Amino acid sequence: MLLRHTPPELAERQALTVNPAKTCQPIGAMYAALGIHNCLPHSHGSQGCCAYHRSTLTRHYKEPIMAATSAFTEGASVFGGQANLLQAITNIFTIYDPDVIAVHTTCLSETIGDDIPQIVSKARDEGKIPPGKRVIHCNTPSYVGSHVTGFSNMVKAMVDYFAESPKGPSAGTTPGRAVNVIPGWVEPGDTREIKRLAGEFGIESIVFPDTSDVLDAPQTGKAQFYPKGGVAVEELARTAASRATVCLGPTASEAAARQLYTKFKIPLESLELPIGLRATDRFVNTLRHLARSPVPASVAAERGRLMDMVTDMHQYLYQVRVALWGDPDQLVSLAGFLADLDMRPVYVVTGTPGKQFEKRLETALAGRVPEAKFRQGPGADMFLMHQWIKNEKVDLLIGNTYGKYIARDEGVPLVRHGFPILDRVGHSYFPTVGYRGAMRLLEMILSALMDKKDRDSPEESFELVM
Amino acid sequence: MSIDAAQIKQQLLEVYPSKVARKRAGQIVVNRKAEGQEVPEILSNVRTLPGIISQRGCCYAGCKGVVLGPTRDIVNITHGPIGCGFYSWLTRRNQTRPPTPEDENFMTYCFSTDMQEEQIVFGGEKKLRQAIQEAYDLFHPKAIGVFSTCPVGLIGDDVHSVTADMKEKLGINVFGFSCEGYKGVSQSAGHHIANNQLFKHVIGRDDKPLPGKFRINMLGEYNIGGDAFLIEDLLERCGITLCATFSGNSTVGAFERAHGADLNCVMCHRSINYVADMIQKKYGIPWIKVNLLSADATAKSLRRIAQYFDDPELSERTEQVIQQEMVAVVKAQREIRPRCEGKLAMLFVGGSRAHHYQFLFAEIGMRTVAAGYEFGHRDDYEGRRVLPTIKIDADSRNIEELRVEPDPEKYQPRLDADRRAALSASADMELNDYRGMMPDMEHGTLVIDDISHHEMERLLEIYRPAVFCAGIKEKYAVQKFGIPCKQLHSYDYGGPYAAFQGAINFYREIDRMVNTQVWSFIQPPWEKHAGPTLEATYVRE
Repeated sequence: MLLRHTPPELAERQALTVNPAKTCQPIGAMYAALGIHNCLPHSHGSQGCCAYHRSTLTRHYKEPIMAATSAFTEGASVFGGQANLLQAITNIFTIYDPDVIAVHTTCLSETIGDDIPQIVSKARDEGKIPPGKRVIHCNTPSYVGSHVTGFSNMVKAMVDYFAESPKGPSAGTTPGRAVNVIPGWVEPGDTREIKRLAGEFGIESIVFPDTSDVLDAPQTGKAQFYPKGGVAVEELARTAASRATVCLGPTASEAAARQLYTKFKIPLESLELPIGLRATDRFVNTLRHLARSPVPASVAAERGRLMDMVTDMHQYLYQVRVALWGDPDQLVSLAGFLADLDMRPVYVVTGTPGKQFEKRLETALAGRVPEAKFRQGPGADMFLMHQWIKNEKVDLLIGNTYGKYIARDEGVPLVRHGFPILDRVGHSYFPTVGYRGAMRLLEMILSALMDKKDRDSPEESFELVM
Repeated sequence: MSIDAAQIKQQLLEVYPSKVARKRAGQIVVNRKAEGQEVPEILSNVRTLPGIISQRGCCYAGCKGVVLGPTRDIVNITHGPIGCGFYSWLTRRNQTRPPTPEDENFMTYCFSTDMQEEQIVFGGEKKLRQAIQEAYDLFHPKAIGVFSTCPVGLIGDDVHSVTADMKEKLGINVFGFSCEGYKGVSQSAGHHIANNQLFKHVIGRDDKPLPGKFRINMLGEYNIGGDAFLIEDLLERCGITLCATFSGNSTVGAFERAHGADLNCVMCHRSINYVADMIQKKYGIPWIKVNLLSADATAKSLRRIAQYFDDPELSERTEQVIQQEMVAVVKAQREIRPRCEGKLAMLFVGGSRAHHYQFLFAEIGMRTVAAGYEFGHRDDYEGRRVLPTIKIDADSRNIEELRVEPDPEKYQPRLDADRRAALSASADMELNDYRGMMPDMEHGTLVIDDISHHEMERLLEIYRPAVFCAGIKEKYAVQKFGIPCKQLHSYDYGGPYAAFQGAINFYREIDRMVNTQVWSFIQPPWEKHAGPTLEATYVRE
């Protein structure tokens, strides 16, 4: 047994987290910043933070993750990191020549109390920021929230720094044509799919952050330090003139959308991530309203193919008990989808805190899984979830790679979804959003369940045909 | 291939602001080898400049991840916000093999105090105390280690007094590490801190006599990809008793008894030489440098051990094992070498791997044209002879240097003066010594300390090596150049590469990487032929 010390007896813990279902804010800020074109994320802390985040993101995306660090030593920790950040800004613009440096803080620089805007304005006064170049920032104290909080903070910073009131004679009188779409913490392939769906409706969209063509860049044999993807600074500037914002996944995306509303009165539609049937229905419906046009036949056909799969395969899904862990936005939509299929998402755990999570989950489940247990925030960890599983088994696990230890010990199949996936490929390329994504999810779930059935069934009932 | 390394050095430095260029110039050295002359001096173990994209991690990573991480029966609690514990959770592929299903193994777990804002403001000692209690109540381990992250030092939590209290209260070994990420200039500081605490709190606690005639400890072997399993097997067949490995496939109990061995063998000099030195001073156990990467170095190392014990039977058995093992090794070399001969390799990794793996490449005829450490010191590059001349800067001075005296009861010199002098004089032996990487590298090769991403890119463009060895952060960046990258921290879910069987595994892996056709398909066929010529014509029936 790999997790041989996990006892079934539950004991309340106040201080010890075991096998967390979250990580810290800065990594989310780094990931978000990679979704800006020609941007170098910068970690204002000791160099280990940057190394850890780059390593984890690299293991997940199997792509180069470029980011710099202020490389604090003991001196900087005593006297503050101003000198380090100033030097970093000079070095980065000279050596790596980005359009944008996106600074995020760490528990170290937050505890010291470094004032990033003050340091950046000093850099500007001293001529360290070349004309046309930008340095943006967000605060990401690691002891608050989780990696999703950090992502949300950096996305909001994109609005804070780049969105500009339209200028010119017609400024403010007629809204622009574009729609802002904030896809949330999803995979590059998911963002690509969200853009495609908006495109099917003929909607001109500004999607940010956009890690497609950054973290799924093609192999050409010619390395590009800044791959071609990412939202351009000019596009971010124009978000203030868009006619609406659609934000997907409130935990990751709503803060930025609210900021666009507060500052520029851009109406917002906040939706759950379009993972699964009905969450995608709601997204498609929103696109339909925004496009003022019927749902294209191509999209309707995608839905039809998904429904075909769902109705045909229902027997294998009915009443299957599932444990889920990961990030709130993914969990709410996934749990809803599973419940729609008559599956039973019985355990749902996230280390990310937030007031709305339970309410959102309840809405998604709509009373269909009364036995479901949720836990969130500090202390909601995979150790607890594993204890629940030991007490009452599940048939399927859906979550990140760290679930493979529980899967092996308990003999339960695992579908990898969420962050991080360290030991498989595919997640970054093949979306799980939209109807096509739901089909892929369903395929993964069915394959996991059927593989297990094939492995465990006695020879006489080992079937060739589904 | 004739490439002027001095000229390349200038190319690497061109883009840098002058302050950066000056510093990097000292860290990029063209190796010089001439009869009777020492290798040139290299600037190392110095700060990475802010804004430079470096391979390096932090003190915490070196302390928790490297030295104590691979020990299975200790509960290692990270005291800090959740990230540091999360990122060091199972990501280094240190394998471990508890003898029975009942034996302890906590390596698959991540323990953290998950510090919140409240603790940053009001202090985290109370939560730490409670976390240790909860860990004890849940798991009843024989030892608990506490690892401090950056904010712990800043808010002034006294980790050592909390652990001392809990040690007394719980009656098990509880101790802490002040390994805040900002200390030192790289993981190296963390190694030193881990060495100190191991020495203070663990080694020498259990005087139970050890079995075996030729008893050794293996230091600086972390069982990546199962290396230690091969080494354990090899030593056993030679008749050598392995008492403790620091720290691959290790237990706290073995550390506690390690002072009962008669020889320490140091693999990774950088991460563990402090323990070797301190054990020598306190208990009188000498250490020798060994390298179990490559068949030739493994044979040499085994002979060193045999020579140290000076026992004809041991020497004979060792020679027999070497002979047996070399049959398959030679066969593999004969097969693979012609396909790899003359190809170029680069290694930028760790604190000894960049040195050790060069021998493996040499055995299949590949040349290492550039190499460097991520967190090495001058002694790792130039040899321990330079130790007295290394200037101690502020970053190193902050790391505690333990004063160690011979133990009044347990000190027992293993060698008399004559024997010590004889072994020291032996050309085949590195007794209490490490001669460093540069003397083993060719004249005119590049040695680069703490290589930056920019320098790496230029090297890839200029040399187009057949293979580049580094870590996960570099891997896919290198491969985007159309050049394969081998991870030497984690072996990419491969290995083992140690000892004789491991050497064969490595030859095969490199053969695969440098001779596969897959890279040749990157360029689409329609781009290979310039011009709009049609290659076929349509035929209508």
